[in-house]
Amino acid sequence: MEATVTTANNEEKTWGGGNEPLKASYGKMMMWFFIVSDALTFSGFLAAYGFSRFKFIETWPIADEVFTHFPFMHGSPQPMLYVALMTFILIFSSVTMVLAVDAGHHMKKTKVAVYMFLTIIGGLIFVGSQAWEWKNFIKGEYGAVETTGGSLLQFVDKEGHRVAIADFAVKLPEQREALSRSKTSWFMEDAQSLPPYTVAEVQAGFKARPDLLIRTEVLTAKKKKTILSREDSETRLGQAKYVVEGANLVRNEYGSKLFADFFFFITGFHGFHVFSGVIINIIIFFNVLLGTYEKRKSYEMVEKVGLYWHFVDLVWVFVFTVFYLV
Amino acid sequence: MSHEHVSNTKRIWFVFGLLSLITVVEVILGIYKPESLEFTFFIGLNLLNWIFYILTLVKAYYIVWAFMHMEGETSGLRWSVVSTVIFLVLYLLFILLTEGHYIYGVFKDSTIKWNF
Repeated sequence: MEATVTTANNEEKTWGGGNEPLKASYGKMMMWFFIVSDALTFSGFLAAYGFSRFKFIETWPIADEVFTHFPFMHGSPQPMLYVALMTFILIFSSVTMVLAVDAGHHMKKTKVAVYMFLTIIGGLIFVGSQAWEWKNFIKGEYGAVETTGGSLLQFVDKEGHRVAIADFAVKLPEQREALSRSKTSWFMEDAQSLPPYTVAEVQAGFKARPDLLIRTEVLTAKKKKTILSREDSETRLGQAKYVVEGANLVRNEYGSKLFADFFFFITGFHGFHVFSGVIINIIIFFNVLLGTYEKRKSYEMVEKVGLYWHFVDLVWVFVFTVFYLV
Repeated sequence: MSHEHVSNTKRIWFVFGLLSLITVVEVILGIYKPESLEFTFFIGLNLLNWIFYILTLVKAYYIVWAFMHMEGETSGLRWSVVSTVIFLVLYLLFILLTEGHYIYGVFKDSTIKWNF
């Protein structure tokens, strides 16, 4: 008990140890300072995101066009809604956490356990939602082509609606199959699986459909992507080098390569925090059930993991703003 | 623990309502993006983004003060945590955003072309 909850020093011995000038126990204070350092790590990530965005301010992808999926609403784009739902889930799990801490102050074991359990469930739902978001992000929706110069071209119809590559690309006879270990020697394998269409197939399909136009990454003054004329579209498509579908760390169909990298790193790092938070919450939950804190006569451990859990929520508030709103 | 604990469930639910309300406002603004806000600039940032950042800071304030119970800590702990983070984050943002903007200018104005 002494190790986790320090008791105040009643005798006036300033240098004798056991003093609490900040009126917080050692563990709680260290949790606060861990949070400070972790907050700075996240700030570093978000500031680096800001750096890259400022660097490519005229070509950065529009988040509302990227994150448009919502479960059971396939085909109708729903910007913001899914991430708003995720935000609610996390805020709510924060509320149940703080209710657990509150019940702990009154030594109500059952209440603490129930609220901890709800917090764990909320955390698991959040991590699951994030996995689903990643799945959609990695899979992609429309596909795009990358030019030799590294810029990304997307396809739209006359009204400016996005058109998927699969809807217009033609199948040409000569095809190279992706090398897989089962077909070749053990050391031969394609680093990435080949996209289902080759550049030539996309170009031929584009030629056959005169209503299609190309949309570049460049933002107009009205914060929309630039749509080229048919002649310019054909010239630009002639420079195509890769067909990009979905997203990975090398390239993605949404635009700037760094956009996907930051998405993976920042939401991934945050998701990892949520996941470890869930694990820690589970450990504390079992300790509550076993009556460890009842014997200790203090639920301060719940308060400490609560601090961590709220911090995860706090970070998400900023990620939400920086990635999805601004 | 020196400070006594009165049950503050009422306040917790109030803060939850407030955070939800702010999120709803943010989402509505994010979906509709009113032109009058998006294309009116104030100190280099459009009003919509000003609103988003301010609402984010309000949310952060309530999470730290009410949920993490910073309001019950001594001012010494409060300052050592909050001022450190605020100072270093502002410093980091200032340096990196200035630098990012400068590199944007280099790419735009010079003969270097990275993406074509």
